[in-house]
Amino acid sequence: MRGPDSVRRRATGLLGRRALLALLTLWLVSLVVFGAVELLPGDAATTILGKEATPGRLEALRRQLHLEDGIVHRYLQWLGGVLRGDLGTSAATGSPVTELLGPRLSSSVLLVLLAAAVTVPLGVGLGVLGAVRRDRPVDHVLGVGMLVFHALPEFVVGILLVLVFATQVLHVLPAVSLLPPGDSAWAHLDVVVLPAATLVLTTFAYIGRATRAAMVDVLERDHVRLARLNGLPERQVIWGHAFPNALPAVIQVVALQFAWLSGGVVVVEFVFSFPGIGAALVEAVRNRDVQVVQAIALGTGAVYVAVNLLADVATTLATPRLRTAAAR
Amino acid sequence: MSGRGRTLAAAARLGRVRLGLALVVLVVLVAVVGPLVAPHDPDAFVAPPSSGPASGAALGADVLGRDVLSRFLSGGRAILAMSVLATVAGVGAGAAAGIAAAIRGGWIDELVMRTADVLLAIPQVVLVLLGVAALGPQLWLIVLLVALANAPRVARVARGTALEIAQRDFVRAAEAAGESSLRIATHEVLPSAADALLVEFGLRLTVSIALVASVGFLGFGLQPPASDWGLMINENRLAITAQPWSVVLPVVAVGVLTVGVNLVTDGLSRAAAGLDRAGRA
Amino acid sequence: MRTRDPAVPAVPAVPAAEIRGLTIAQPGTDRPVVDDVSLAIRPGEVLALVGESGSGKTTTALALLGHVRRGARVVAGSALVGGRDVLALPPRELRAVRGRAVSYVPQDPASSLNPALRIGTQLDQVIAAHLDAPRDERRERARTTLADVALPHDRAFLRRFPHQLSGGQQQRVAIAIAVACRPAVVAFDEPTTGLDVTTQAHVLATIRELCRTHGLAALYVSHDLAVVAQIAGTVAVLREGRIVERGPVASVLHEPEHAYVRALLDAHRSVGRPRSRGTRGPAEASPAPAPSAPEPPAPEPSGAVLAVTGLVAVHGRATVVDDVALHVRRDECLAIVGESGSGKTTLARCIAGLHRPAAGTVTLDGVPLAPLARDRSREHRGRVQYVFQNPYASLNPRRTIGDTVDRGLVLFSDEPRRRRAARTADLLARVELPAGVAERLPEELSGGERQRVAIARALAADPDVLVCDEITSALDVSVQASVLGLLDELRRERRLAVLFITHDLAVVRSVADRVLIVRHGRAIETAATEDVFTAPATEDARRLVADSPRLDRGPAVPPPSSLLAPLQPNG
Repeated sequence: MRGPDSVRRRATGLLGRRALLALLTLWLVSLVVFGAVELLPGDAATTILGKEATPGRLEALRRQLHLEDGIVHRYLQWLGGVLRGDLGTSAATGSPVTELLGPRLSSSVLLVLLAAAVTVPLGVGLGVLGAVRRDRPVDHVLGVGMLVFHALPEFVVGILLVLVFATQVLHVLPAVSLLPPGDSAWAHLDVVVLPAATLVLTTFAYIGRATRAAMVDVLERDHVRLARLNGLPERQVIWGHAFPNALPAVIQVVALQFAWLSGGVVVVEFVFSFPGIGAALVEAVRNRDVQVVQAIALGTGAVYVAVNLLADVATTLATPRLRTAAAR
Repeated sequence: MSGRGRTLAAAARLGRVRLGLALVVLVVLVAVVGPLVAPHDPDAFVAPPSSGPASGAALGADVLGRDVLSRFLSGGRAILAMSVLATVAGVGAGAAAGIAAAIRGGWIDELVMRTADVLLAIPQVVLVLLGVAALGPQLWLIVLLVALANAPRVARVARGTALEIAQRDFVRAAEAAGESSLRIATHEVLPSAADALLVEFGLRLTVSIALVASVGFLGFGLQPPASDWGLMINENRLAITAQPWSVVLPVVAVGVLTVGVNLVTDGLSRAAAGLDRAGRA
Repeated sequence: MRTRDPAVPAVPAVPAAEIRGLTIAQPGTDRPVVDDVSLAIRPGEVLALVGESGSGKTTTALALLGHVRRGARVVAGSALVGGRDVLALPPRELRAVRGRAVSYVPQDPASSLNPALRIGTQLDQVIAAHLDAPRDERRERARTTLADVALPHDRAFLRRFPHQLSGGQQQRVAIAIAVACRPAVVAFDEPTTGLDVTTQAHVLATIRELCRTHGLAALYVSHDLAVVAQIAGTVAVLREGRIVERGPVASVLHEPEHAYVRALLDAHRSVGRPRSRGTRGPAEASPAPAPSAPEPPAPEPSGAVLAVTGLVAVHGRATVVDDVALHVRRDECLAIVGESGSGKTTLARCIAGLHRPAAGTVTLDGVPLAPLARDRSREHRGRVQYVFQNPYASLNPRRTIGDTVDRGLVLFSDEPRRRRAARTADLLARVELPAGVAERLPEELSGGERQRVAIARALAADPDVLVCDEITSALDVSVQASVLGLLDELRRERRLAVLFITHDLAVVRSVADRVLIVRHGRAIETAATEDVFTAPATEDARRLVADSPRLDRGPAVPPPSSLLAPLQPNG
């Protein structure tokens, strides 16, 4: 027989293993991000400046990019810089990457948090509603509606919103999110509304569909049927009995959507010319601004890994079988 | 009738599958037949830039004075071809890796899952842009990167499904009879996993279309003066007030296509789940 | 005449629950699931509702709670609890009745308790839903109820989650939840099916005691006539939704009137009857070993085709098979008997090469076999064949029956392609399957038919040793009897050495020459079959025999020395 001690060791060991895996994944992501740029055919400096660049400028850029050094040396230099909070210098503007991205980061964070604050309760609520009213008209309407929004790409939703709310039909919101230079979106909330709405519309359906599926599964289980046969009030059956068992699945899906948001933000910010990280990435790719691309790719990877680790911890806490093993 | 045939037949009876198929066929027809019936050369100057409907340009002209209708009719082929190719490659590679990981276990499993973790950690759009930043906007590269973005998700699903199937007794029976791993994968596990993979193919196709179109929209797909739905939106979106057609047509086409594919996929997954339940009862 | 415990109070005339002319239809089926069923249960009475799977017994029981399965529909009749028709109550009033006046104990406690909620919470929810009492009183009620079902009732126990309890404890908690509000009627739906015999005996005793002390009217649903003989006063036998016979247990089980009930009982008895063997093989020549002591494992038992020595197997860190030795001769059936978790299936899988043993050897005619099937030679793999417990899982659902058997021939016989179809047909005919089954998929076959296909697949390899892992436990009793009969014929005809793994002692008696009893991974007794029943050598074997329910015996009283939770002080 296994005692509680060994069970606990396994559970804490499991979380410890997860954390180590997260670090390992992040490190591998840094290799991919750095390595991808090394695929540049020929010389990075030539690619950035073009074939007509003067030898002097090429030389200067090579020195700036440390291209004379070996690849391992440059990777370690770059990684060391990242760990110290130094993301390098933008080849396009000549200013430090951190300075360039700072205000944009705060705007993007606002956008993502605002979208998450709406999309999570909306998705979970509609998912539970669909499951409880399964196969009734409400469920069918919700089901088809969520299928449609689940499918639509961000730019389709964003442009349709612009057409309806900012140009052709109504003129209530700005079509592009122009800000005075240096200002963050926190000071101009009206420019956030349409981008955030786009993110909500493209993510709530995924959460809703997954929540509905998890709840349908749980609602069919024997213990929920027994709760009803014991005469418990319906509200208690749904939120007190069924939902706690669907929670781990919901947590996982919400984590996945957070990661999705950080990708969706790229297209949405471009649609609205929103001054955030995503639009900066598109700009940097166009300019072959390697340092900025690397910083942003690594940053989104870090967000994904961190969110997933948090989700694993939350799942453990929401599952008694795991929690009792981990906490005792 | 074979299991696969029955899933398809059951799916074809669902209203949403028929609607979805109709939408997909509509868009595919526009994309395939469109170039043949376009009234103008899509690259020819026909009217003042961003002008409204006029004689000679039924839906007006785009920012460079080219016929909007002709450019729309010519602009769908690339998106379709690229997303189908990327899906086939991504689902094929992902399914093979996932099933191998499930059946062989050990270091193969670790390798596949860790690789998937790393690829999953970078959002799909960012992954594609990272490659484009390195090698420039090349079509083969975008197909490859979209396939690469799809593969780890398919691998996870395939591995989970295969693991569940592999612990059923009929697979144990094949092991006890001394069947090879390859034969177990192809003859025991794959037939039972096929429904799940078919559904996954539909999901990945929806995502691929969205991704390929988005990359075009960001300006990293086909390059001017090519006519392409994504690029068309990119070029004309700032003139949306004066010339909405040049943006609305490709946006709606991409939207209808993704929704259609998703409706069919949902029908397939319902049909597969329904048969599964009936088979177990 | 009913022979009953004199302590039972005189049965009052007014029934606590009554079902009148109940007919329930399910769209897509040609006959009603429940067809004009009427029955009445008085306070303190246990009425058993017996039938094979699909007979409508659970549907009838759930009707007492006003529950009709999704898609099904009440066509006629009523279900009266305390004089009110629960099938006609509006939702709010129905909720007030459920759990309060009538309650339900489900078949599988592991899936019927909410894994996310503590035991105390689950009990309290039911009490709070029906009794308007302050928190302290509710907690007191929870504790007394737990005491009623012989569970610990301290704070620590109330704070446990279901996964921290044993199967027997989980079922007691489910019973506690059902009786917490002192309902007049309880429907028990095969509440002991998943439990091993010892735990089953204890739980049955608890249910009897509850009915006696609280005057509960119980509807006890079961497929197992032997269990019914132990618990019920009255029995009603259901077949295809209709009651075919009813009456006091003693008279129905001993002098059945309806042909179906007689057939059911015959099947049951034949499963439990000592077998009479026709022509006996060499096994008969060597008389059974003395019953008084465990047989010393001979290193090279004469005539043994398969022998196992010093076998140890682990799952993770747990040792599930611990130094087991056994052997089996041609034309002999050795039963390996143990409760769930005793390691018997792992032992069987080691022999078949599906689980790598940590130590020990398996020899075939004295030649050691490789630990895993994939490392064994084709000849070795073919000579040791394995039949799985669950015929619903052991056949590839996407492959026709013919192809499944054919694959066995491809792998293990040298038949040329053109003769294989005929051989497949022969094999299917040998396991008494109708011609034409070869074209079908497994889902078109019944459980018994599928198990015959699995046996045919094993025969395709022309084996010497057949390892049968609980091959009848997923089947109804009438089907069980015929599959066991087939197995016995095949053994004689092909002089097979059969290893028959089971938890069911009753089955053992009809098929096995010798029995090996395993407990906690160790072989604790091996003897000729009849000796285990008549003169078990060890205490564990004696208990296993005593706890097994049998038709011809009243309630088994668990021994006071039981390791499990204590029951009422004086039986």
